[in-house]
Amino acid sequence: MASTIRVRATSSGETTEVQALIQHPMDSGFVKNAKGETIPPHFIQQLTFEHDGKNVFIADWGGGISKDPYVKFTFKGGKKGDELKISWVDNKGATDTTTAKIQ
Amino acid sequence: MSDVEFSATRRLILQGAGAVALIGLGNLPFGLTPALAAANDKYPEEAFKQKSDADAIKTLYGKTAEPSDKVKLDAPEIAENGAVVPISVSTTLADVTSIAFLVSENPNVLIAKYNIPAGTLPNVANRIKMAKTSNVTVLVEAGGKLFSASKEVKVTVGGCGG
Repeated sequence: MASTIRVRATSSGETTEVQALIQHPMDSGFVKNAKGETIPPHFIQQLTFEHDGKNVFIADWGGGISKDPYVKFTFKGGKKGDELKISWVDNKGATDTTTAKIQ
Repeated sequence: MSDVEFSATRRLILQGAGAVALIGLGNLPFGLTPALAAANDKYPEEAFKQKSDADAIKTLYGKTAEPSDKVKLDAPEIAENGAVVPISVSTTLADVTSIAFLVSENPNVLIAKYNIPAGTLPNVANRIKMAKTSNVTVLVEAGGKLFSASKEVKVTVGGCGG
C-alpha cells in the first residue's frame, strides 16, 4: 500500500524546511454520522521526524487537528540528499513510516 | 475498578505530581530539569482530555503562562470552514522547548503540542478544527517559562456570515 505520508523537505544550506501531509480521518469522537451515531475517536497521536539519528520534531496531536493533517516546521542543518525518517502512531495503535530525501 | 474511577484516580495522581514538580522547581530551579526533559517525549494523554484552557495548561505544564508580544500567532479573523483553520506561530524567544495550541470552545481544548529539540526553529504551521467561534491560544515554553498569545477566530457556519 502506498504510504499515507507525503513529505517535502527543502534545504536552503543552513536550514531545512519540512512540510508533511498525511492521509488520516482524524475523527475527534465528537461528530455524529448521518444515522446520528457518534463516530468513535480515531486520530494520530504522535508524529516524529528524525534526521541523522536524532529527533528534530515531535508532534503530539489530539482529535482537534484537521482531517488529512498538514504540518510545517524548520530545523537547522540537513543537506540535500540527506534522509528524513517520518513515522506516526494513532490512538488505535496503527502506524506508518516513510523516508524522504532532502531536496 | 471502572474506567471512570481509573481515569479520575490518574488525574488526581497527575495533578499531585504537577504540584510537587512546581514546589520542587521553586526550591531547586535546575534540579528537576533532566527528569522533565525525559518526560517531554511521552504523549500527554491526560492533557488532551481537559475541558478548559486553565486545566489543559496545568496538566500539560504545571505552571501558568504569561502573555508575551514576542509570540506571534497567525490565525484568520474569520474561518469560513471550521473543519480546516490554518494556524501558525513564530517567536523571537530563545531556548524554546515546546509549542502548544488551545481552542477554548472545543470539547477538548488542547489541539496539539510540538516538542522543539535544540536546533529546530520555533516556527510551526498546522491546520486545526474549530467547533465554533473561539479564542485560539498558543503557548510557547522557553527557558523553562511559559508564554502565550491569543486571538479570537470567528467561525462561519454554512457561509452565512455569522
